[in-house]
Amino acid sequence: MIEGFVALYIFMLAAFTGYEVISKVPVILHTPLMSGSNFIHGIVLVGTMVALGHAATPLEQLIGFVAVILAAGNAVGGYVVTERMLEMFKTSRGGK
Amino acid sequence: MGAVMTVINIAYFIAAILFIVGLKQMSSPTNARRGILWAGVGMVLATVVTFAHPELEGAVNYLLIILGIAIGGGLAWWSGRKVAMTDMPQMIALYNGMGGGAAAGIGAIYLLQADPETASDVVLAIAVVGSLIGSVAFSGSMVAFAKLQGLMDKTVNFPAQQWVNLGVFAVTVLLGLSLALSGGDVSGPVLLLFFVLALAFGIMMTLPIGGADMPVVISLYNALTGLAVGFKGFVLDNPALMIAGVVVGAAGTLLTQLMAKAMNRKLSNVLFKQFGGSSGGAAEEVTGSLKAIEAPDAGIMMAFANKVIIVPGYGMAVAQAQHKIWELTQMLTARGVAVKFAIHPVAGRMPGHMNVLLAEAGVPYDIIYDLDEINNEFKTADVAVVIGANDVVNPIARTDPDSPIYGMPILNADQAHNVIVIKRGRGAGFSGIENHLFYADNTRMLYGDGQKAASELIAAVKELG
Repeated sequence: MIEGFVALYIFMLAAFTGYEVISKVPVILHTPLMSGSNFIHGIVLVGTMVALGHAATPLEQLIGFVAVILAAGNAVGGYVVTERMLEMFKTSRGGK
Repeated sequence: MGAVMTVINIAYFIAAILFIVGLKQMSSPTNARRGILWAGVGMVLATVVTFAHPELEGAVNYLLIILGIAIGGGLAWWSGRKVAMTDMPQMIALYNGMGGGAAAGIGAIYLLQADPETASDVVLAIAVVGSLIGSVAFSGSMVAFAKLQGLMDKTVNFPAQQWVNLGVFAVTVLLGLSLALSGGDVSGPVLLLFFVLALAFGIMMTLPIGGADMPVVISLYNALTGLAVGFKGFVLDNPALMIAGVVVGAAGTLLTQLMAKAMNRKLSNVLFKQFGGSSGGAAEEVTGSLKAIEAPDAGIMMAFANKVIIVPGYGMAVAQAQHKIWELTQMLTARGVAVKFAIHPVAGRMPGHMNVLLAEAGVPYDIIYDLDEINNEFKTADVAVVIGANDVVNPIARTDPDSPIYGMPILNADQAHNVIVIKRGRGAGFSGIENHLFYADNTRMLYGDGQKAASELIAAVKELG
């Protein structure tokens, strides 16, 4: 168990990191970046796997199963559309 | 901590680094592609090692996990591959909502399993808050998806709507509080009612919001899902979820603010006030008349200009005219005309969406400028070509305090020597406001479908040799 205050510190540092990391993003990347961050919270898949992994009753299994489907959709869908968008950005000098 | 858990934690640690570095790289166009690849590697790594997690038990559960990933991942892969670039905003909303639903699901299981012997009030409270946020993000995103997909056209308004919503929210919070203070002795009916109301609140909160404001809302739900995932990380004691979730929650909040600012909308207004609902003032009278121009004349005007600025809007993308416009741009450039694209932050359906659509057509991003960069250049442009854009070039936003779009930053297309507006018909814009630019003395209207008009312009320029 990650103890109370340590958890609080993690929360704070992660929040600042998220804020800082994209503070200088140009408008042209807003849509891909939203999509990209949407992909990153697809990590919830890991959480749903653990939750379903120790589900004990049929109800828990049902909820867990639906959650895994949703989470996998979030992760895979988020990746595919972000990659498709970013693939297209290039300069007039050629190259990517 | 066993050896297996150590390996898993190292993998989570690496994944967290990859997510943050990936997100950082995604904020610059030159290495954005690498950013998503790195984040993808982190995701695969974290997912694969989780199969060895000691808390996973039972062959049936393993089977369900694999089946669930195959179904969810497969459907998302297929839909993500085939979705048109114009429909990107609602797809993001859909995938985002799924993440929120997953976070709520984790919360539901945790609360069902809560054991009065071991449950801690703090963890229960975090689980409840995460479930609430995740549920709202889930049902809210689904409504956003339905609205943008055109499955649900109308905004739903009824008297005292905000008060009803507030009431539902208050009851949900009270139920959540009773769950958090239950000490782990969770009552089934209360839990069910809590989730039903949380989901209902997400729907009710999103229903009155108009399509134009949807991007801000989707971005907000994206941030909320991130936060919900972060909270679930604390509940499950899973650092990968904690860090990735909270980072996205914070980044998403900033992005939401940037978008709202770009659209000149206050977040509170987006959420609690309908667009133009309260502004009953009489609109400024339109003076002048609409003056049409034929494509050959417009083509000549552009071909002999020194500088042309193209202002594309969502209408261009709907007409699939961006490829033709890029072809026209290349021909003009070959003739020595300086061509630039001016993108309003809300062109397309969310900030940056138009850039994606132009990129798809092959337009390089270094001739695309945003509002601040190019607004002073309109004065020196011979021709401004407005295609499929309307409200974002409406000078009334500068002049008429009674207009609902007053104060919104606009592209100063009206300052160009000549303005050509390519437009399908005579209707008003997304907001239903008359556009004074169309009636200006230096404006000519080129009526027709965007793609057809662009083809005719290409033909006209070609004829000049």
